[in-house]
Amino acid sequence: MKVLVAVKRVVDYNVKIRVKADKTGVETANVKMSMNPFDEIAVEEAVRLKEAGTVTEIIAVSIGPQQCQETIRTALAMGADRGILVKTDDEVQPLGIAKVFKALVEKEAPDLVLMGKQAIDDDSNQTGQMLAGLLGWPQATFLSKVALGDGAATMTREVDGGLETIEVKMPCVGTVDLRLNTPRYASLPNIMKAKKKPIETLELDSLGVDTAPRLTTVSVDEPPARQAGVVVPDVATLVDKLRNEAKVI
Amino acid sequence: MTILVIADHDNTSVRQGTLATMTAAAAIGGDVTMLVAGEGCAAAAEDAAKIADVSKVLCCDSPLYAHHLAESFAALIVGLAKDYTHVLAPAVTMGKNTLPRVAALLDVAMLSDISGVVDADTFIRPIYAGNAMATVKSGDAVKIITVRGASFDKVAHGDGTAPVETLAPGEDPGLSSFVGQELSKSERPELTSARVVISGGRGMGSADNFHHIEKLADQLSGAVGASRAAVDAGYAPNDFQVGQTGKIVAPELYVAVGISGAIQHLAGMKDSKVIVAINKDEEAPIFQVADYGLVADLFEAVPALEAELAK
Ligand SMILES: Cc1cc2nc3c(=O)[nH]c(=O)nc-3n(C[C@H](O)[C@H](O)[C@H](O)COP(=O)(O)OP(=O)(O)OC[C@H]3O[C@@H](n4cnc5c(N)ncnc54)[C@H](O)[C@@H]3O)c2cc1C
Ligand SMILES: Nc1ncnc2c1ncn2[C@@H]1O[C@H](COP(=O)(O)O)[C@@H](O)[C@H]1O
Repeated sequence: MKVLVAVKRVVDYNVKIRVKADKTGVETANVKMSMNPFDEIAVEEAVRLKEAGTVTEIIAVSIGPQQCQETIRTALAMGADRGILVKTDDEVQPLGIAKVFKALVEKEAPDLVLMGKQAIDDDSNQTGQMLAGLLGWPQATFLSKVALGDGAATMTREVDGGLETIEVKMPCVGTVDLRLNTPRYASLPNIMKAKKKPIETLELDSLGVDTAPRLTTVSVDEPPARQAGVVVPDVATLVDKLRNEAKVI
Repeated sequence: MTILVIADHDNTSVRQGTLATMTAAAAIGGDVTMLVAGEGCAAAAEDAAKIADVSKVLCCDSPLYAHHLAESFAALIVGLAKDYTHVLAPAVTMGKNTLPRVAALLDVAMLSDISGVVDADTFIRPIYAGNAMATVKSGDAVKIITVRGASFDKVAHGDGTAPVETLAPGEDPGLSSFVGQELSKSERPELTSARVVISGGRGMGSADNFHHIEKLADQLSGAVGASRAAVDAGYAPNDFQVGQTGKIVAPELYVAVGISGAIQHLAGMKDSKVIVAINKDEEAPIFQVADYGLVADLFEAVPALEAELAK
């Protein structure tokens, strides 16, 4: 069984974001970049499925500038077999990303595509669902458990009220949530080995896919700041303030 | 402008997020149709008809939509979408799961989790865990949007008299089926619409200690929330998680106990009206957003708080 895993290069989740003075976006120059944390979980899941003997090949895919190579290398060091970089310096929005993945799915014919539930930069939470729609495949979003069977998968999802289990036909698209697994750190030997694994580079333009942005960013602003609060000396003062000053209890 | 609002409901009544979505629809302006799909959802459709500003309710009652599986539900919405300029749903599991699929099938972009409406084409949405706010304009003929419930007031509910029309179900694409669910049972108010939320973090130390949070919540008729660390440690179920990747809440009062205040957590609660933080580390970032901070050991402060509230 073949799995395609999406790995997006994003601003590291520990970085404190700064909005650019000209309001066109956030500062990304000289900022630490990493694999989207959900995508690490997707890679980890694929690797575990391979270790369990269910999956035979894992292909890590990233769309973006040349530096996405590093993100793919991280996936290879975790255990992916090969990578595909779809290179572009232009902004590609979730619908465009989904279309690129559709083109790759048609080329590679995987049985499963694993993605993150959400990229922590745009917080869209769209791409996996869009890809499934474009392919006419079922989707299993917000996964907390994956069990692949013969022609179908039993998938447990984190939903508003708790957990839900569904069965989907395969091939399918899965998007992973935080509690599916804990991603491994790549060992030094595996990092060395990953350097020899192949990464194919495709120019975005060569795929003949319409990835023109449909949404225009008018401006990016700082969120409203909260007023500084006070430190209260004890519980009695706290309750008094809540009752008589804030009047919320 | 003609707007289709997809209702989130429990078959008996519409949920709060649906009422917040109606406020976003009103800000766009235009005629609003509400779709209520489910199995045995007639009562919810009647309830939807009472919402102010809904001009028509479409009720699609079929086992096919009992669990809003994305494949069949998106197909139903796509069939309706051509008559509308906007399709809106609350940013709950149903909306987040289904609407991107609808957008892709219509070959249009989607706007996720909007927190503001500028005009019929232009919307505000948080990015980077709410550390930046993007104003985004869509040029698509139909705008597919999920709405952040915590960012909009809820519309009046009670004196509307919209007609309810029956909508025939679509085909079953046969791609997915429901197997089962494990829902957290609670008598407490729903987390995303509660007036008071008490959340516990890793500092609670154990699932047993976490009961203190529940007790406080009950004293204040509030809901219980948790940080990701508390959920991962098994102190609380996953659907209690507040944050960038959990639930977004904006209650009148949010009390964070033993929570450090990572940006991913703040993303889910920093629009609360009054924030209280109880933490033994005075450097904890949660104090930067707290209106009232108490630097204390929670194992002393929480029982003291219980006693004080009981007075
Ligand atoms: C992609 C991604 C998404 C995420 N999404 C979310 C999300 O949606 N929601 C979320 O919450 N997190 C999320 N996180 C995790 C987040 O980064 C933090 O790790 C998490 O919020 C920490 O939880 P915590 O504050 O309970 O634990 P900690 O950071 O460990 O803080 C525990 C706090 O308890 C205090 N404490 C300990 N003992 C006591 C005591 N006896 N008395 C008083 N205080 C005490 C400590 O001083 C400390 O400040 C996400 C992370 C990633 C990478
Ligand atoms: N440029 C990209 N390259 C690779 N994968 C991506 C890219 N953009 C989005 N994805 C995948 O889609 C998921 C959801 O992203 P989003 O819909 O933008 O929140 C991410 O977690 C990735 O798995």
